[in-house]
Amino acid sequence: MSRQVFAYILHKEGTPDDTALELITAAKKIDPDASVVALVTGTGDNLNTVCNDMTASYSEVWKVDHADLAYPNAELVRKALVGILPKDAVVLVPHEHFGLDLSPGLSVKLDAPYFPDVFEFEGLEGDTLKVIRQEFSGMVSTHVQADISGGAVITPRPGSFQPDESKSAGGQVTDKSGEVGELTSTRRYLEIVEAEVGEVDITKSDVLVSVGRGIEDQDNLEIIEELAEAMGADVSCSRPIVDAKWLEKSRQVGTSGQTVKPKVYMALGISGSFQHMGGLKGSPFIVAVNKNPKAPIFQVADVGVVADILEFVPELTEGIAEEK
Amino acid sequence: MEILVCVKRVPDASENEIEVNSKGTDIDRDDLVYSVNEWDNYAVEEAIQIRDKVGGTVTVITVGDEEAEEVLRREMAMGADKGILISDEAFEGTDGRGIAAILKTEIEKGNYDLILTGAQADDGAGQVGGMLAAMLDVPYASLVNHLEIIDDKKIKAGREIAGGNQEMNEIELPCVLSIQTGINEPRYVGIRGIRKVASLDIPVRTAGDLGLDASAAAPKVNRVDYFVPEPGEGAEMLEGSTEEIIEKLVEILKAKGGIK
Repeated sequence: MSRQVFAYILHKEGTPDDTALELITAAKKIDPDASVVALVTGTGDNLNTVCNDMTASYSEVWKVDHADLAYPNAELVRKALVGILPKDAVVLVPHEHFGLDLSPGLSVKLDAPYFPDVFEFEGLEGDTLKVIRQEFSGMVSTHVQADISGGAVITPRPGSFQPDESKSAGGQVTDKSGEVGELTSTRRYLEIVEAEVGEVDITKSDVLVSVGRGIEDQDNLEIIEELAEAMGADVSCSRPIVDAKWLEKSRQVGTSGQTVKPKVYMALGISGSFQHMGGLKGSPFIVAVNKNPKAPIFQVADVGVVADILEFVPELTEGIAEEK
Repeated sequence: MEILVCVKRVPDASENEIEVNSKGTDIDRDDLVYSVNEWDNYAVEEAIQIRDKVGGTVTVITVGDEEAEEVLRREMAMGADKGILISDEAFEGTDGRGIAAILKTEIEKGNYDLILTGAQADDGAGQVGGMLAAMLDVPYASLVNHLEIIDDKKIKAGREIAGGNQEMNEIELPCVLSIQTGINEPRYVGIRGIRKVASLDIPVRTAGDLGLDASAAAPKVNRVDYFVPEPGEGAEMLEGSTEEIIEKLVEILKAKGGIK
């Protein structure tokens, strides 16, 4: 029997997440012969819609319908999965806020090795799976391996694997709801508090002047605002600037902030973590200025300048003013 | 409230250029500046603020070599009441699962209501807190960026999810939470603060003290090597004098519609 790889499908209001098709590619990189099973938890019509949708891409879809799973509380989902998964299950969960909530504990409960934030797979040699991860915000990479004969929990990085768009699986839905058992947890989901709307909606900006840790001090933000003004752009930022409370949360670009789609993106003193780049869609033209020539941002930017933004930005502002 | 914060001593990526050593077995650790993992600082600050509000004790704990004591002392200078260093050669080369198993044995000797970790550390895994909670059979919530103590039995925790939204949960104690940056503003620790706690005793626990042997810390997941991937094509790097670079860049920005 071929190896079963299970892919946990994130979905919202009846629509599967982009990662739903990326996990097929990830599973096939682990084992090209694997039979890949979609795991879909939730309840009601939305759940059925997602399950039916997934049969186009997965030959087998396991459905778990439970009223308490209407919102994916990771504590309850973990219990449900432990109830239905075979002992040697290889489970893929996207490495985002839900995956981070569910997966480390799931690996303990399944007594299986955990591969977090996997960037690429080298494949199987016997039962040993070798993967590539990044450490130190992407400054170095590592090969990591473990024996997966007794199963594994793996969180592939969203956006790192091409979505499998073939949609030729013609799969079937198997209802596993009856095998789940009682679901209780002392962590109870209450509500979602929506992000506050800021004074400027950066998701609508054509040109963004984005600032990161390299600005060093709140007082220096002035040079960023002056450049944005000269360019006719809006100011956005990376996470450390919001953590320091120098700019409001609605200005933050990234997976935990806003998803933006400008034509031109100036990344100033931003190293370019995957969480930051995850908020940048629509292939903008990226200009990166960073004093560290090895900053990962230079791998994804179109044009790069190795310079200290504190010195470079005022000169650029002046250069633009002279042109006008 | 008895609060435990799990911390880690890590190379400070803002102070160092992280490079792979010549054999590819590790990063080059010569002359690295170490500090406490950035996320852990937020966790300790949160613990101190809770204690100051509702009373209790903040204990900081780490698994590491003897030099790891310096980060415990730093967090005690911030205001943590106690430190515990778990250190044993038997624990070298362990993985996240091993660290969680080691912490579990020490935690079971105490009576902690709330256990905090940073949301992630230098390896970007974000795994120890969730594993620890599962081993202790207590609830877990990751990426917590808002924390309210309701009473001595339960808390309200906000998790950072996508798009700047927040997922609110009510969680019974005891529980484990991983703390996200931005939840508070960690206080500054000066040299004088460190001196004040210099003479405080930090107990060291060995594998024997915890009743563990090396097998408890044996890694399930092994790091084979470190490497730097072949750089892709990457950005077109602008070079020359600052004037030349700016002239080129202004031209490019104009062509791409970056200047209105």
